[in-house]
Amino acid sequence: MNVVSRFLRFVQGDSQADRVVPPTGYSARLTVFTAGAMAFLAVFAMALSLAADRLADRWSDALARTSTIRISAPLAELEAQTWAVLTVLEQTSGVDSARALTDDEQRALLEPWFGPDLPVADLPIPRLVEVVETAEGYDAEGLRQRLAAEAPGAVLDDHTRWRRPLVEAANGLRLLGWVAIALILASTAAMITLAAGSALAANQGVIKVLRLVGARDNYIARAFVRRFTLRALSGAAAGTVAGMIAVALLPRAGDEQAFLTGLGFSGLHWLWPLTVPVLAAVTAFWATRIAAFRTLGGLR
Amino acid sequence: MIELEDAAYGYGTEPLLSEIGLRLAPGSFHFLTGPSGAGKTTFLRLCYADLLPTGGSVRLFEQEAKAMSRDDIAKARQRIGVVHQDCQFLDHLPVAENIALPLTVSGRKTGQEAANLEELIGWVGLRARADALPPELSGGERQRAALARAVIMDPDVILADEPTGNVDWEMSLRLLTLLVELNKMGKTVLIATHDLALIRAAKAQVSARVLRIGGGRIHLAGADL
Repeated sequence: MNVVSRFLRFVQGDSQADRVVPPTGYSARLTVFTAGAMAFLAVFAMALSLAADRLADRWSDALARTSTIRISAPLAELEAQTWAVLTVLEQTSGVDSARALTDDEQRALLEPWFGPDLPVADLPIPRLVEVVETAEGYDAEGLRQRLAAEAPGAVLDDHTRWRRPLVEAANGLRLLGWVAIALILASTAAMITLAAGSALAANQGVIKVLRLVGARDNYIARAFVRRFTLRALSGAAAGTVAGMIAVALLPRAGDEQAFLTGLGFSGLHWLWPLTVPVLAAVTAFWATRIAAFRTLGGLR
Repeated sequence: MIELEDAAYGYGTEPLLSEIGLRLAPGSFHFLTGPSGAGKTTFLRLCYADLLPTGGSVRLFEQEAKAMSRDDIAKARQRIGVVHQDCQFLDHLPVAENIALPLTVSGRKTGQEAANLEELIGWVGLRARADALPPELSGGERQRAALARAVIMDPDVILADEPTGNVDWEMSLRLLTLLVELNKMGKTVLIATHDLALIRAAKAQVSARVLRIGGGRIHLAGADL
């Protein structure tokens, strides 16, 4: 019998076998609720993780392919050094394009700190040159040496010192998300083990009768396992749907670099939360099965 | 079928049963009698591997009980019908489903088995109570339901522990008649009881061997019975 038909048989169940264990309303509601709450949290943890993943990729991509040259020189020499830098860059292999930022662009960059009416032209503000690399990239050390010779006020910033901690932070956040999901699954397993253990203990009389009439441990365990698995599946499905709706309703901002407003799923990532109920069901299946066989092993 | 050889059992350091030797041959009818606390129930529990002997050996259908896995024991119990004095049932299921429980757990509930179930419920006189829940039954009805459940799998052996303990004399005789009928169908029957009148009544109907338990041993009872 293949796995699919065994799975279908498990889901379909045996209506008579299901009835041998009395319904337990309280533990049933508790299991469904906890599985739902855990699934809701897992969806958020997944959203966090995937958002951090996208952010790390974006930062990594954007910062890895651009660099900046800052030219600090007296106003009289600034224009000449800028031309010298651009000339050097034109002749440098691995540089795709380079351009000096305009006064307006520099003003826009400084606006968050100094306000909108900053007289950029009258201030000794360094000139910035934006460099876009080719896929192969350039030799940063060689470029630094040539800039030092041609434009002594020019300093190359290849963003390495910015990029590394940002990408590390995003990667850390992503890892945190997956650890949270693992902890949620472990907590679900622990909770279901406790609930199953309690149900088995409460039904010792039933187990005694079933054994008296020749029921095998596998039969007895299956009655509990199926019940808890389906409860976890239904609770987790409801929690997942609620989580996905909550994530979809989170406010969005145009600035895609903003982390908090970028929390959510995009494109095919919306399929990821659908794995949560399946994971919850698999976790419940094994947690109940292990708990059931351990309890049955302890009962003669 | 079921053989005990030099079997012993004790709940603490003191043995309750010792040097027990008995063979339940196919088609035999045994009574086990003795005072309360002498070990009748313990002996019966040894016979269906609910307890394992602390000494000697108990063999169920040629298998050493101590060496049997729980699945082996479950399989053996499908060949042994047990009637307890306290008649344990699943209280949330109707009587008919409780009687059919051995079929349900063994996956044998087919159309033919369902027809046999109807017949069996009629045989023990519970047709009108088939849909009742066990707590709604009288003592005698519970005993008859337990007997029906014990025989539904067509077992080779029937072990009954004080099956008439909670019923009046008329019902006791009715239950005894059912057990004698089963024995005449070829079933091996062992009844543990302290009711000597029941044993005397049975001896008029069937050739039964009467064993007395006392002092931790089992002896063949004398002609006083």
